[in-house]
Amino acid sequence: MFVDRFLRHTSCVSRVKRATVAQSASVAITVGAYGAAFGAASVAAGFSILQTCLLSLLTFSGASQFAIIGVIGGGGGAISGIATASLLGFRNALYGLRMAPVLKVTGIKRIFAAHITIDESTGVALSQEHLGEKSMRHGFWLTGVGVFIFWNIFTLAGALGAQAIGNPAAWGLDAAVPAAFLGLLWPRLKSNRDRSLAVAAVALSLALTPLVAAGIPIIATTALAVIYGIRGRT
Amino acid sequence: MSPMWWGVIGTSAIAFALKYIGQSIPAKYLSHPRALRINTLIPVALLSALVAVQTFTNKTELVIDQRVGGLIAAIVALIFKAPFPVVVIAAAATSAALFRLQ
Repeated sequence: MFVDRFLRHTSCVSRVKRATVAQSASVAITVGAYGAAFGAASVAAGFSILQTCLLSLLTFSGASQFAIIGVIGGGGGAISGIATASLLGFRNALYGLRMAPVLKVTGIKRIFAAHITIDESTGVALSQEHLGEKSMRHGFWLTGVGVFIFWNIFTLAGALGAQAIGNPAAWGLDAAVPAAFLGLLWPRLKSNRDRSLAVAAVALSLALTPLVAAGIPIIATTALAVIYGIRGRT
Repeated sequence: MSPMWWGVIGTSAIAFALKYIGQSIPAKYLSHPRALRINTLIPVALLSALVAVQTFTNKTELVIDQRVGGLIAAIVALIFKAPFPVVVIAAAATSAALFRLQ
């Protein structure tokens, strides 16, 4: 099934083979710690501590959160930022498609399940596939709830830390955001097509920067992804 | 209302809507191979553009400053398979050092 292939392709944790609980805990703590980088970068981008914490509580999707603070912090408008963040969040819908038949939840439980449907919870659940649906459900809930708890605690810590230190450039926080994006991008550069698209997106976004409002050059690269996707074979 | 508040509310609302829709619609939707392929490629394009814009621009100007050094440090860390926090800290430390040298 194509959804499976897509998920295996993008899942960062499916290689890990350990007991469900140990795997969920290690993922939750490690990923949660990235929240400190987000908290610090968000405050450095001009968001308040309250806004920063609300993003982690309510958006709860790392790439989208970095995108909204990156675009608005870089002088872009709210609409550009929301559009970029939402395009990055679209993959969570596909994770939901894959997880719904396994989770079999309705009502309020489905709302909670949807909120924690992210890279990590889906990745751990799929890595448990050979152990059966029950293990997949355990992996999903444990990882999702665990990442949620640690992500939010570390976001607050990072935000408080950044507020205490003054000029963000003096502490390198201006370079932390592109490094975070690069860290998210790196595991996705698997084929020559991916790398070619990455180079094209860099070139297009920089070429457009002096010409159009901030934020637009980033969204414009979506067109490149569509062109590469239509032309591709695999 | 500031762009930050619009950003927080808009991003959060759409992020949840996408997650909930995915949990709620039959799997036959969105599973066309071409749609899935494009969906895999969109993050590659957007994240690449975000790396470039966050490193080489200031508002609508192209600039080269200490962030480039930070990005190079991040690339080196990734080549050596460093975990995510190390990548971010390497970039921040390098950029901060270059900023103070200026």
